[in-house]
Amino acid sequence: MTPDIALILTVDGLANGAIYLLAGLGLVLIFSVTRVVFVPFGDIAAFTALTLAAFQMQRVPGTIGLVAVLAAVASLMELGAAVRRRSADGLAQRLFGYGLLPLIPCGLAWLIAARDVPEIVRIPVALGLALPMGPLLDRIAFRPIADASVLVLLIVAIALHFAIAGLGLLFFGPEGFRTTALVDGIFELPGGLVITGQLILMMASAVLLAVLFFLFFERSLIGKALRATAVNRTGARLVGIRPERTGVTAYLIASALAGISGILIGPSTTIYYDSGFLIGLKAFVGAIIGGLVSYPVTALGALFVGVMESFASFFSSAMKEVVVFSLLIPVLLWRSLALAHGGDEEHEELDG
Amino acid sequence: MSAMLEIADLHVGYGKVEAVRGVSLSLDKGRIVTVIGPNGAGKTTLLGAAMGLLASRGVLRFEGADLHELGVEDRVERGFCLVPERRELFGEMTVGDNLILGAYSRRKDAAFVKSALDGVFDRFPRLAERRRQRADTLSGGERQMLAIGRALMAGPRLLLLDEPSLGLAPLIVRDILRIVATLRDTGVSILLVEQNARAALETADYGYVLETGEIALHGAASDLLNDPRVMATYLGGATE
Repeated sequence: MTPDIALILTVDGLANGAIYLLAGLGLVLIFSVTRVVFVPFGDIAAFTALTLAAFQMQRVPGTIGLVAVLAAVASLMELGAAVRRRSADGLAQRLFGYGLLPLIPCGLAWLIAARDVPEIVRIPVALGLALPMGPLLDRIAFRPIADASVLVLLIVAIALHFAIAGLGLLFFGPEGFRTTALVDGIFELPGGLVITGQLILMMASAVLLAVLFFLFFERSLIGKALRATAVNRTGARLVGIRPERTGVTAYLIASALAGISGILIGPSTTIYYDSGFLIGLKAFVGAIIGGLVSYPVTALGALFVGVMESFASFFSSAMKEVVVFSLLIPVLLWRSLALAHGGDEEHEELDG
Repeated sequence: MSAMLEIADLHVGYGKVEAVRGVSLSLDKGRIVTVIGPNGAGKTTLLGAAMGLLASRGVLRFEGADLHELGVEDRVERGFCLVPERRELFGEMTVGDNLILGAYSRRKDAAFVKSALDGVFDRFPRLAERRRQRADTLSGGERQMLAIGRALMAGPRLLLLDEPSLGLAPLIVRDILRIVATLRDTGVSILLVEQNARAALETADYGYVLETGEIALHGAASDLLNDPRVMATYLGGATE
């Protein structure tokens, strides 16, 4: 291997790592606030890419139906809950949030689907369809079992992934799609390294979003409330922070990250109905490196996974997944050793 | 006349074990009422149930409203706040952020949040010095100050204090209880749960003695301080 190739592989790896970074931040966010390992995260990313591909082929994407059905189920559940409580307090607000708001992107998508509209319209609409998916899945699948153990939540999340991927096969068919490039242009750097505009866009977006993410959590009250819920759930409730509300916020932000990752990865990787799982799983490796709690370490871990994958596919394309997932073993060993010495501070909230 | 907080025949259980069995107590506005009793008497369970962290049966009313119908967060919004035994601070966040989050239920009233923050810093100058420090770097006494300060940020009308003296040096205990007594002057009523019976009774107006989940004795705090039974069991037999 020459230094040139190593440089190309690194740049390529960092670009893919940028996607894993966004996904990793989303996974850590949802886990730390709600204790759910949100396996369907990758599916939302893949569906967003496939939705955009459908728009580009001027077809009606099945995601519209999916979001509409989820919204209907969530509304019915809210009605059922209100009947059981025998109180309509806040029902209108919740029906608006779960039943009506998600229909807005559905309607927009329906309008533009079969038309020749510019990309600048298609991308926000595809993202708009991604946004309600996280909160709706949360309301339908996770809210009723919010107090269950992490393991039960994980099993439900895996089941949810298979259900969604199955629907993906129904909506988008078995063939894969690539979306058209978001930016054209190839840049030649002084060293002779050639880099595409697409790669630059991926990396720049990840950096920008990571900075926004950081500012949101450090500066805004909502961001602080999310962190507080993650750090100490009982303490958060005692100051009046409602865990369900912070949960919705976390899912909304994560859905946005998933949608953006899908849009960014679409032009450089062929996406199938079930591609989301692997994206999510690789981001999960990054998140595990960060112990599912630390955002900065997750970000570094995700970039590392991307670079590893890129080098592994150069040496042996068939083995690249093996190499990436083998990373988990030393990381888990190291973490379990670190935890054994670090005491049990993380379990503080469990017996409030 | 109705009490600010009214608890009657309250039962709280963990599975089949009842930790609180038919407790009744009431607290009038502007009063400091204390519940004393040994470890394991059910004091923390009683407060957990009052706050809504634990399920309970029986009468539980705050300013006339049935608390059973309100979630923890709704109670906080009504000025019903708990300073828990375990403090439950946001350890990885700064002292300032802990306090700002304390006013989360009042977040729409920026002027209130600012004046509440000034008030807490006046009362606990130590917290002002350490406002940029992480909460988990504080000493035990400072943590208790932060826990009380965070609860004050919500503008409470009734403050439930669970063992504020736990694990603190006697001098700091006296400081904290002196501050608790001054809170009453600002219109905050207080339900103080304590193992440190003497300090609690010296601070409070009225006291209840809780033993194995039941009220064994109650009366004016000054009477309890001189009651031979209380003296023998909780005050180490010593008199002034």
